[in-house]
Amino acid sequence: MSRAESRVCGPDVMEELLRLLARQIADGRMPHTRLCLIGIRTRGVPIAERLAALIGGDLPPVGAVDITLYRDDLGRQGHWPVLKGTDIPFEVDDAEVVLVDDVLHTGRTVRAAMNAVCDLGRPARVRLAVLIDRGGRELPIQADYSGKVFEVDSGDRIEVRLNPIDPVDEVVRVGLDSA
Amino acid sequence: MSTAPASAATWTRRHLLGLEELSAEEITAILDTAESFAEVSDRPRKKVPALQGKVVFNLFFENSTRTRTSFSLAAKRLSADVQDFSASTSSLSKGESFIDTARNIEAMGCDVMIVRHSISGAPHLLAKHVGSSVINAGDGAHEHPTQGLLDLLTIRRKKGRIEGLTVGLVGDIAHSRVARSNIWGLTKLGAKVILCGPPTLVPRSFEQLGCEVAYHLDDVLPRLDVINVLRIQAERQQRGLFPSVSEYFYFYGVTQQRILRSRPDVLLIAPGPINRGVELTPEVADGPHSAILDQVTNGLAVRMAVLYLVSGRASQGDRAD
Repeated sequence: MSRAESRVCGPDVMEELLRLLARQIADGRMPHTRLCLIGIRTRGVPIAERLAALIGGDLPPVGAVDITLYRDDLGRQGHWPVLKGTDIPFEVDDAEVVLVDDVLHTGRTVRAAMNAVCDLGRPARVRLAVLIDRGGRELPIQADYSGKVFEVDSGDRIEVRLNPIDPVDEVVRVGLDSA
Repeated sequence: MSTAPASAATWTRRHLLGLEELSAEEITAILDTAESFAEVSDRPRKKVPALQGKVVFNLFFENSTRTRTSFSLAAKRLSADVQDFSASTSSLSKGESFIDTARNIEAMGCDVMIVRHSISGAPHLLAKHVGSSVINAGDGAHEHPTQGLLDLLTIRRKKGRIEGLTVGLVGDIAHSRVARSNIWGLTKLGAKVILCGPPTLVPRSFEQLGCEVAYHLDDVLPRLDVINVLRIQAERQQRGLFPSVSEYFYFYGVTQQRILRSRPDVLLIAPGPINRGVELTPEVADGPHSAILDQVTNGLAVRMAVLYLVSGRASQGDRAD
C-alpha cells in the first residue's frame, strides 16, 4: 500500500483562510481585555504569529505551548516524545487567550493544551482558533474560529505545511492508496 | 518561560547509572530535556501530569538529605507516587540481601528506583536484577551522575556553552564521585578539565582520563572559566591526607583575593554541602560569581528530565539493555 497525497489548498487560499481567521478573532474579542495568542506546538505557533500580524493594531503577544507532558497517551509510547518546550512570555491571568492550532481532529490535543495553559494562571476566557477542522471528535470540544471545515475519513491525515517550517504554504490530504 | 530546543530523540536507555557510559549526544539530550522542565518550576502551579500512575522509590543506603529531597520533589512535580526507603529501618538490618530487598520493593509496583549506596557499582548490580529503571544517586567514590548533569546544565546556562571552556575541579578528587561524573561529562562535551589539590587527593593517574593535574591553584586560576569547588570530606581526614584544614585553606581555599586574580567572568560552582571557611569563604560563596543556589534549582530540572526519560523507556518493560 502506498500513500496518496492530494492538495486541499495552496498558498493563496491559505492566505485567505488566515485573513478570515484573523478577522473572526478581531471581531469576537472581549472588550477591555488583553488579547494574547498561544500556538500549540509545532505548527500552531507560526499560524499564531501570522494571525497576530494580521490582527494588527496593538499587536497581540504570541506564546507557544508544548502539550507533551499533558498527553493522555503518554504511557502508551515506546519512548517519551521529545519535549519542545512551553514559551509563554506574558501573564495569562485575566487575559483573553486564543489557542491556535493547525488541525482540529479528536480534541485531545486541545484538552491537553487547555490544561497546560490553566496551570499557568486563570485567563478571563479561552477561545480556540484552528486553520482546518477535519471532524472526528473524541471529546466534546469545538473551535470558536475556524478557517475551513470539512469531514475527512478517519484513516486519512490532514497535513498543514507552513513557512518557515516547510518549504511551501499548503494543506494536503494524505490517504492510504491500496491500488 | 523560555526553553531550548530539545534533542531527546537520542535517548533509548532504561537506566541512568553514570556519565561514563553515555555519549555526548545522550548527555545533551538530558540537558535539553531539563531546559523544558526548568520552565515547569517557574510556573505558579509547579506540577505536570507526565508520570501520573508511576511509582518512584528512593532507596538510600547512605545518608543524604538534599539529593533525596531533590529527587522526591522532582518526582512529585511529575505527579508520580514517591516512597522513601530507609536502610536502617528495613529488613536489611535483619539479614535480607540488597537484591532481595529491591525485588520486594519492585513487587509493590515500583517503576523507578533511585539508589544511593556506599559501595561503588551497587546500582549497576541492581539494574541487572530488577525490571524497574535504576537511577544512580551516588555510589561510593564512583559516580554521582545527576550532580554531574546539574553542574553541566548550570555551566551551559551561565556560559552559553561547554565546549572550549576550561573547568577547574579543586579539592578532594580521589574520593569524589562528583569529580568523576564531572570529568566524564565535561570532557565528552568538549571542555578542558584541570584537577587541582594536594598530591594526596589528586593522583596523577587521573591524567589517563584526559585531565590536566595541577598542585598550585594560584598557577592555574587565570586559565579557568569555571571553578568547581569540591568538599574536603572531614571523614577522610583521620587518615592524614593533608596536614591541617587551615593549611588546606591557605593553599586551595577560594577567597575573594583569588577571585580577583581570576578571569572577570569566572563562574564558581560547588556541590553541597559547602564548608564556609574551608574550601571557600562566605563572601565568595554568596558573591556575584557564585551559582551555588542555581545549581540546586537546576538539580530539580535535571532530575525531572532523567525521571521522564528513563520512565519512557521503562514502559516497554524490557530487562535487557
